[in-house]
Amino acid sequence: MEYKIGVIGDIESVIGFMAVGFTVVTVETAEEAAKELTRMAEENYAILFITERFAKEIPDAIAAYKDSPLPSVITIPGKEGATGYGLANIKKSVERAVGADILFKD
Amino acid sequence: MAQMRVNPTRMEMKKLQGKLATARRGHKLLKDKRDELMKQFLDIVRANKELREAVEARLMTVHASMSIAASLSSSKMLEEALMLPKTEGVLSVSYRNMMSVDLPVFDFALRGAGAGGQSYGFAFTSGELDAAIAQLSELLPDLIKLAELEKTAQMLAEEIEKTRRRVNALEYIMIPQYQESIRSIKMKLDENERGNTVRLMKVKDLAVAKALAEAQKRKAE
Repeated sequence: MEYKIGVIGDIESVIGFMAVGFTVVTVETAEEAAKELTRMAEENYAILFITERFAKEIPDAIAAYKDSPLPSVITIPGKEGATGYGLANIKKSVERAVGADILFKD
Repeated sequence: MAQMRVNPTRMEMKKLQGKLATARRGHKLLKDKRDELMKQFLDIVRANKELREAVEARLMTVHASMSIAASLSSSKMLEEALMLPKTEGVLSVSYRNMMSVDLPVFDFALRGAGAGGQSYGFAFTSGELDAAIAQLSELLPDLIKLAELEKTAQMLAEEIEKTRRRVNALEYIMIPQYQESIRSIKMKLDENERGNTVRLMKVKDLAVAKALAEAQKRKAE
């Protein structure tokens, strides 16, 4: 079985991914992003990259795929820069597993 | 502690003792599973954090190069150049099993005319765009790896949470409950036993007193 890789985000952040063989979907609003995410998750996409700007606004839609093996929904920083949202997600899964944050305390 | 309603019989006690032994064994196994999962998880999550930091930093340089490329040619031209890529990314997914959790393993390959090279025509695009795309291509394996690691971390986190809940349920609810029930049955049985002994002693006393009285009566005659 072959899978595809999708990218969701605003056009300036994700246009480069077109050239490397990913399926790029450009969206303008968080609602569109959520709709596209759900649609693509149901098709045979194994990895969905979504820019932090939209990921932040639709945590529920993303959380729905957290516990299933596929697809893997990964946030990437958009052109406006890394906001630390992706790292915060890792922190959250540490808290979930260990019960306390033991990796990120500075 | 909410105690189970059980019949105070030896039969019931035997059954509960069997259940208690099973619960204890399950508890030990699950505890071992939890510890091992935790060990694996911490390694993975640490790698995940480092990889994410590296990928985010490199992705930012890609974005920077892209915006330079975009400023040099019109966005329409850029879109046209990239819109119809000659390459197609194909991802195959296999699974590996870690402590009975199915984890996806991604394997990415490029297919099509431009595989390993340029995926668009040079005619209308700038050198800056080529550089940006080259940077992005270099980043791809790490991006895929990040997707895999992050998924693995999420799934292990879920499994650990589930296992921990089970361990706690066994340790703090099931096992004490069984112990309490067995204790109460034992007490009830012991109480019956004592009641029986006392009754026997009483009967014996009565019988002895009666025999004594008869013996005295016979002596008097």
